Amino acid sequence: MLEVKNLNVSIGGRKILNDFTLTVQDGEVAAIMGPNGTGKSTLSYVIAGRKDYTVESGEVLLNGVELLGLEPDVRAAKGLFLAFQYPLEIPGVATMTFLKAALNAQRKQRGEDEISTPDFMKRVKEAGDRLGIKPDMLKRALNVGFSGGEKKRMDILQMALLEPSFGILDETDSGLDIDALKVVAEGVNSLRTPKRGFLVITHYQRLLDYIVPDTVHVMAQGRIVRTGGKELALELEQSGYRDYMAEEAA
Amino acid sequence: MAAVQETVDRVKSIDVSEYKYGFFSDIEADKAPKGLSEDIVRFISAKKNEPAWLTEWRLEAYRRWLTMREPSWARVNFPPVDYQDLYYYSAPKTAAGPKSLDEVDPELLKVYEKLGIPLKEQEILAGVQNPDVPERKIAVDAVFDSVSVVTTFKEELSKAGVVFCPISEAVHTHPELVRKYLGSVVPTTDNYYATLNSAVFSDGSFVYIPPGVRCPMELSTYFRINEQNTGQFERTLIIADKGAYVSYLEGCTAPKRDENQLHAAVVELIAHEDAEIKYSTVQNWYPGDADGKGGIYNFVTKRGECRGDNSKISWTQVETGSAITWKYPSCVLRGDNSRGEFYSIAISNGHQQVDSGTKMIHLGKNTTSRVISKGISAGKSQNTYRGQISAHRKATGARNFTNCDSLLIGNSCGAHTVPYIESKNPSTQFEHEATTSKISEDQLFYCQQRGLSAEEATALIVNGFVRDVLQQLPMEFAVEAQKLIAISLEGSVG
Repeated sequence: MLEVKNLNVSIGGRKILNDFTLTVQDGEVAAIMGPNGTGKSTLSYVIAGRKDYTVESGEVLLNGVELLGLEPDVRAAKGLFLAFQYPLEIPGVATMTFLKAALNAQRKQRGEDEISTPDFMKRVKEAGDRLGIKPDMLKRALNVGFSGGEKKRMDILQMALLEPSFGILDETDSGLDIDALKVVAEGVNSLRTPKRGFLVITHYQRLLDYIVPDTVHVMAQGRIVRTGGKELALELEQSGYRDYMAEEAA
Repeated sequence: MAAVQETVDRVKSIDVSEYKYGFFSDIEADKAPKGLSEDIVRFISAKKNEPAWLTEWRLEAYRRWLTMREPSWARVNFPPVDYQDLYYYSAPKTAAGPKSLDEVDPELLKVYEKLGIPLKEQEILAGVQNPDVPERKIAVDAVFDSVSVVTTFKEELSKAGVVFCPISEAVHTHPELVRKYLGSVVPTTDNYYATLNSAVFSDGSFVYIPPGVRCPMELSTYFRINEQNTGQFERTLIIADKGAYVSYLEGCTAPKRDENQLHAAVVELIAHEDAEIKYSTVQNWYPGDADGKGGIYNFVTKRGECRGDNSKISWTQVETGSAITWKYPSCVLRGDNSRGEFYSIAISNGHQQVDSGTKMIHLGKNTTSRVISKGISAGKSQNTYRGQISAHRKATGARNFTNCDSLLIGNSCGAHTVPYIESKNPSTQFEHEATTSKISEDQLFYCQQRGLSAEEATALIVNGFVRDVLQQLPMEFAVEAQKLIAISLEGSVG
């Protein structure tokens, strides 16, 4: 369960999150929608522990454990995963090498043994097959020369391997064509369990046709301004964010 | 990956300011009086019982040196060196020339044990036996301050006709070879430091591979500066005769000292027709402390000549130590179709200053060369790549490809690239590529989000950056180099 309570965040003196409060239950898929520049990505970065932001007050609890103040890698080991809007390239580092390093770093952090190479290979292959990732891609340097769709699939593959207790998808649909979108969505859906919650951040309703949320929140001016069921996304598709923008201007 | 993990663990286990090889060994030394004069040059020559021609050769170099000035074109800054305040000769005090390991001072053997360098032949064999890898032997020549203390596997090598011994010994056992080749690639008049070396060089390795012989094992020399205020001036001479092949590795360390120590070596390589020499260096001299105090001044002249047609010389270097590095391993491509290669990883941290690169001098027809340089700067260090590629009027069809990448870690370091490219004929094809990048906050955050700590992430990204060059090193040393890279970068992540 993820609980964000009265979170106030600024960057360079400019307020971005404004008493932001949100709870996502175990197994729940919550979507956050909203116009550009309203703080959606900031929210995901702050939860994951990026340092550029000033957290003025508030709490972020993952399964009851306070995340604020912890290093990003410690948060990851506690079960938090963030799928990036633009996954980064790491030249010269083979994808397989990276995956194994990440998995073992998390296991070590949790006091577990390193995974054996045969086990690791088996798990990568299974997850890769599901996501249509060819073995050849795993030998290449991580994300270098990958298409937008390949990068997103690679991020989902990492999520499958790392088995987080909570996943945040930050505009995972951006830059994807419809076929790639379906593959990524199916990948995410296959990871849904009664325990694992998701926060899906998106600008467009399109992604939510494939990853069907339990709840939809509308975010504007750094906080949640409206909450509803999955039908709210369709409504927004019709009306746009104009009403909320107007509210901001008022 | 295991190697990266190992690296990280190793870095963690080391105190940030600890230079691992910084111990000093209390071994009684036989020294020349401080300072430099014709008498000192004669003293060194006499110590080694050298023939008259060599004494004269040294003296000529010394007289020449007196007329020269220190070069000032490199992008390095350091207070003037007082050449009269140095010892030019220091040898561990033992009965002349140990015949076998049993005669070597046990204290000395302990030093090499601490350094992890196997000198006992049985140990070497035991150490590298691995069911997956065919048995590999490495012959070692260990140079302590000014003299070579032991050379292993000599007998086995001599069966193949290979000569591998201290140069001071070769002067007596193979005078004709030494006289023919010494100074034939780096003349005594070459440059300030090389000329100084010619006057006072103490020891170093000599290698001769006869025609058609492929050297049956890797050869390596380990240099260690132990004594205080001692300059190390080793001289290495490697000759691969027609169709011969040799792979040679050089490793260096020194104790931690507050004063700067001078290291001015000369390495000459000669490859005859169809011969190939592969020369690798893992340089880990003491870089000085966190405030930039102490450390080795590494002013080295390394040059290889592809004298025969179709010959090849390849330099691979991993430079992590030294307070100041001034070093340009070069290839003179005289033979037609000859090839020169230079692969370099230069890492600077703290207050280190590196001005390093290569020269590829194309003289023969259809000569080719390749330069891959990876510079990594962290802390307050300055890292300069300086490279010269030139083609003579007659070097038709010469080709060069240069790729020169710099990686910056943090906001207080500098990376500089200074290429000199000149061609005197229209048929050459020279390519130069260069990039400068910084480990981005985004990359670090991405890796951390997946569970890697900031140090692990940096080690991983840097290892990725230098991968092309690491692949050129002999396998055992590639692992060693990878560890060294992480250790050198410790404390560079804020």
